[in-house]
This record gives sequence, structure tokens and C-alpha cells, in this order.
Amino acid sequence: MPAYPSPQVASKVYVLVSRLKGIAVFVVSYLYAALFYLATAVLIVGVGRRILLYSRTPAPLKIPTTPAPTSTPGVVARMFREVVFFESLFKSNKWTWLFGWAFHFGLLLALLRHLRYFTDPVWSWVAFIQSAGVYAGYAMVFGLVGLWIRRLAVDRVRYISAPSDHLMLALILGIAGSGLLMKYVWHTDVVALKTYMLGLMSLQIKQLPADPMLLIHLALVICLMIIFPISKLLHAPGLFFSPTRNQADNPRERRHMPTNA
Amino acid sequence: MKAEFDIPVITHYPQTPAIQVDAMVHSQPFVAKPDIQEPLGFPGELVEDWHDKAIDKMGELLGKYRSLQVFMDACVKCGACTDKCHYYLGTADPKNMPVARQDLMRKVYRRYFTFAGKHFPKLVGAVDLTEEVLDDWYKYYHQCSECRRCSVYCPYGIDTAEITMAGREILASVGVGQKYSNEIIGKVFKIGNNLGLPEPALVDTLEGLEEEVKEDTDVDVRFPVDQKGADILLVTPSADFFAEPHVDGLIGYAKVFHQAGISWTLSSHASEAANFGLFIGSQGNMQRVAMRIREAALELGVKRIVVGECGHAWRVAYSYWNTLIGPFDFLDPNYPAPQHICESTYDLIQQGALKFNKEENDDKVVTFHDSCNVSRASRMGNMPGGQYVIPRALIKASCNHFVDMRQETIHEGTFCCGGGGGLLTDDLVELRVKGALPRMQALHEVIEENEVTHMAAICAICKSQFTKVLPYYDLGMDMIISVHQLVGDALELGVER
Repeated sequence: MPAYPSPQVASKVYVLVSRLKGIAVFVVSYLYAALFYLATAVLIVGVGRRILLYSRTPAPLKIPTTPAPTSTPGVVARMFREVVFFESLFKSNKWTWLFGWAFHFGLLLALLRHLRYFTDPVWSWVAFIQSAGVYAGYAMVFGLVGLWIRRLAVDRVRYISAPSDHLMLALILGIAGSGLLMKYVWHTDVVALKTYMLGLMSLQIKQLPADPMLLIHLALVICLMIIFPISKLLHAPGLFFSPTRNQADNPRERRHMPTNA
Repeated sequence: MKAEFDIPVITHYPQTPAIQVDAMVHSQPFVAKPDIQEPLGFPGELVEDWHDKAIDKMGELLGKYRSLQVFMDACVKCGACTDKCHYYLGTADPKNMPVARQDLMRKVYRRYFTFAGKHFPKLVGAVDLTEEVLDDWYKYYHQCSECRRCSVYCPYGIDTAEITMAGREILASVGVGQKYSNEIIGKVFKIGNNLGLPEPALVDTLEGLEEEVKEDTDVDVRFPVDQKGADILLVTPSADFFAEPHVDGLIGYAKVFHQAGISWTLSSHASEAANFGLFIGSQGNMQRVAMRIREAALELGVKRIVVGECGHAWRVAYSYWNTLIGPFDFLDPNYPAPQHICESTYDLIQQGALKFNKEENDDKVVTFHDSCNVSRASRMGNMPGGQYVIPRALIKASCNHFVDMRQETIHEGTFCCGGGGGLLTDDLVELRVKGALPRMQALHEVIEENEVTHMAAICAICKSQFTKVLPYYDLGMDMIISVHQLVGDALELGVER
């Protein structure tokens, strides 16, 4: 005969479990809040210090890769094409360009889409891109998988890859994948999530919906934020400081005498 | 041609080889002896505390050059550059892929200067600076011709030349300098030019040239030296003074000046446009070499400085002179300072000051090899890309038959001749032959399809390099000619202007 607990015991267990669950949610909410604050600080201070270092390091000589624009507006245009269209990469390799561009613009769109969790009321243009933002997740996965296949399959690229290069792809693929899974398979309480995020922004710790997929998603994002300033992700600010791209080709017309040289 | 190594087989461009680890690990140039190192301010031999000195020097350079600091951080190992270097394409050694060449330094940078490399070296591929690593630096930073082709294709504009230069400077600063480059810089300091040609020999050579031109053309074309009050100081690579095909270029410049009625002079104090200070990444030595030219210009009281056909010299002149030895407020502001000989000749053609008999070059079908430093590190004329248009305009003005090589091997995508960046030395001949492969493939195409007979260039290193390597590919060494040889041969001398 199966041993059923008496109703009294069952109700005690139920109370205990829900208390424990309450404690767990409380702990997780505070833990993630602390990690988010830490990661944000690391990201801002770390990248800020790097940008300061780049801007303080002199560029004693004129080294634009020519042909280069001869004026500042021209340089701005070159930089724009580089940042928005990946012009140089396009010249180099169409596959890497396709995967890289799909990933980065998927990422941008996905990030913008996520602004809805941080704004109340949601800005109208953020609301406008919500439906397109879903495809951004697919674009990211497509790009990342393509880049990873190249990294594994092309002997030259495999040769130059360190473990961190693979892990970085895994990390970002994890973020994109867990995000898509939440959208289509294991939904989370987005209203509660938004309340939590808005709370964080005004230094109030609200209750985080403690669904496993969300916790994984957020943990990976926190990882990425912390790794950013100490990894190759510095290519993002680095591009703007690259002398071969940001210098005007005018050494005869204007004497290049950097003040910090 | 016999050789102690396998000469690459010319197939159709492009041909990207599978990697062959350590294919060129045996290749390295002779190391400079103390008597060559010391006049340049470097220790004579490997110093005892080389490890600490090298790391200190790296730290110093990271603080001195934004390029180096940003380039060390920014690379994402995307692989865009991996099939762009002529030395990789010619040798298949993976350390000749630009990113791998950079990584030789980056892995040390990460170990000593980054959080990740200090605490998780294996994860990010960081290593200690060991003697083996230093050896690799010496070998592979002397398998880069600093041609910047990789920098065109890098999404962050990472220029391996900057890293090679830093690598060589660190090496020289701990006592491991390269004999070829450093010996030549010493000659410039001591005598005034790369070839060590003293003033009397220079004067003698130029007198010989005057006689030669008189014999050929019956016109008194002068080759003046140290002539005070001349309008133009011509600074040209010293190879122009006697070796073929260079000297025919010099004759061409002299004919142009003669016909345009311009007074010009060479200088025995600054009888060299080349500046190998660039190659070894030593800004101090580069400035010291260049300063002789400012001194000569002031001493002779010229109004303009014109630079002869030399690739890296034009980079230094165009991009750096104003910073290093400027300002040029003592020169005529109506002309760019400095001016390239091709710009000067081009302007004269535009003004109608020169007439050509193109039939003189009808025995030739000419193509043009864009030199790396001119193409990707400088400009001619007043618009971006003028460095491609102007030399071709000179060729077309003096020849009836001109064709370009394949698009991705010219202009900004041009391939280095294989001998640039301080590698034009016999102890690196295998590297030079193999590094010339992509250019040879493109040349071979236009020989087959367009019956090209000659390849013109505007760089002393390119001309010397091709003279040496063309025979390895069963092509005539006299295929390579100066642009101003074509100009000089077709120029009508003595006719009414």
C-alpha cells in the first residue's frame, strides 16, 4: 500500500517548498542584481580606460592606408563605410563578410529590440522594430555558425585560432540560442523581467522570474560584459582609433605635429 | 636557373596554398656585427638581460605608437588577411600569414601586458618571451617586406608593417640587428648614400653619363652636382647612378629637365633618397638620414625638392619629411614639397612643355608594376589614387602599347616585388624568389594574353629585385625598366617647345 503523506504533512511540505522557493528567488534576484551592477561597472570602466589609453597614446607619424581621403569629412565617410558596411572585409573575403555582417547587424538589431525591457513607456521606434528584431536572432546564429565553420574548416583560420576564439563564439552563440529558445520554447514572464530591469535601473531589487533559460541567458550576457574590456572584443573601440583608417592623407598640405607625440 | 631550393611553378592567379608548418623556418638574414650595430646606437651583440630589455622596449613602443597598441588589441583572428601576403602565397609557411606574423608579438604582448594573458595564458595563446620566440621574431620579421597589402583587407586596418617595424626595433635594441639594413644606414651616415659612392666617384659617373647621352642624342644634357642656386634639388636612390635599369631612369629625368629648361642639381651630401631607417622601425635613424636632405636643400638654396623613382623613399618623403625635417617654408610654395619626379614630369606634359615620339617605344608592350609604398603609403597629385594614374599617364604619353595586369594585383591590391622592406639581400634569395610568385603569375598572364615585353616600375628596390628574380622564372632580366626610361627614350630633345 503506497504511503501517502497525511494532509497535514503535505501542507507543511508545500509551505516549506514555497518558502524555499521564495528564498531562492530572493537570492537569485539579489545575486543577478549584484552581478549586473558589477558587470556594468567593469564594462564601462574597463572600456573607458582602454579608450583613454588609445586616445592618450600618440600617433607620431602619418600612416593612413592609401588611397585615403584628404579631408576630415572624407575620413568620417571612410570610417562610416568601415563601421556600417565592413568595407575592407568586403574587399577581402565575401564569405567572412557575409557571416560577420549578418552576425553584427543581427546583434545590433537584437540589442535595440531589448530596449523594450529598459524603457517605460517603450519608445515608438523600439516598438516598431520588434517584429524585425526576431529575425535578428536568426541572423546572429547564422553568422556565428558560419564563422565557426570557417574557423574549423579553413586550415589557415584554424591555425590562428586560440581556445579563447572558439569560446567567444560559443559564448555569443549561447546568448543568441538561449534568447531564441525563450522566445519560442520556454517562455519567461517578460512583464516581471521588465519590472526587474526597470527596478535595477532605479536601484531597487525586484523579483526576477527564476526560469532556468532566462538565468542562463542573463549569466552569459554578464560574462560577455565582463570579458569585453579584456578580450579581442576591444576591436569595437579599436577600429575608431586605427591610424591607418582615421588619418587624413594630407601630410604635405598640413604638417603633422601631434601635440601628444 | 639553378637554385638550392624549389622554384615555385607559375599557375594561374590566384593560388592559395595549404599551410606547410615551418616551410621557411630556415630562412633568416645575416646578423649585424658590433661594428655595424654601434654607429646606429644599438648594442653590438645580444645583451645579457635581453629578456627584460626586450619587454621594457615593447612597453616603451606601446606607449609611443598608437598603431601598435591598438593593433595588438583589436585583432579578432577573422582570417581576412591570411591569403593576402605574397610571402605566404609563395612559401605556404603559416607564420607568413599576416595575422600569424602579428601573433608572434601579440602572444608575448598578451602574456606581459594583458589581464587575460597574465592569468590565463593557455586560454588566449599567450607565451613567455623565450629564446625560441626571439629567434622566430628574427626569422619572420625578416620575411615581411612591410608592403601593407594586409592592411588594405583588415577590417580594423591592422598594418603588419607597423608590427614588423616594432619587432625589428626591439630586436636591434637588444643587440640582434640585421646586417644588410644596418650596414647601409651606416654608409649613409658616413658617406652619404646606400652604395657608399663617394663624391669624386659620383662626379665621375655623372660626367660619364653626360658623354653617353651626347653620343646617343647629340644633345648636351647636363647632370649637375652641388650646383648652388639651382631651382630643383633632385634626391634619388643611389642605384640610379650606375646600375641597369636604374640609370636609364636617371637619364630620363635629366632629359626631361633639360627639355623643360629647368635648372636642377644633385647633392653629394644627400646623394640618396632611400631611407632604411623606415625598414628597421627606428624613427631616430630615419630622421637622421632624412635630415641630410634638408641640410643640402638649405645649403644649395634650391626652390624645390624632387624625389626620384624609389618606393619607400617616396613614402618617407611624402608622408614623414614634413614631420621629421619640415617645415619647408624656405621652398617655393607653388609646388608641393616634396614633389615626385613623376608629378613633375606629368605637370610638364599637362603644360605642353614636352613632346614625344611614341614610335621610339613601339618595340615594347608595357605593363606597370605598382610599388607597394607608393600605392598604399603615399599619393601623387591632388587626388587620392593619383599615384596610380600619374605613372600610367607618363607611360601612355611615351608608349603606344600599354596593358594593365589583373585588377586585384595592381593599384591598392598590388603585390610587393618580394624584395622590399630591407630584404633585398642575397642571404634571403629563396624568400625573394618565392615572394615574387604572385607578381610573376600576374605578369605571366599578360605575357600570354597580351604579349607584354616589358614591366615598368618606379622603385629602385623593385627594379633590382626583378632583375634578380625574373631569370628564376625563365623570364629575361631586362624585362624590368624605369618609367623614366620610357619617357626619356620617347622624348623629343632639342625641338621647339
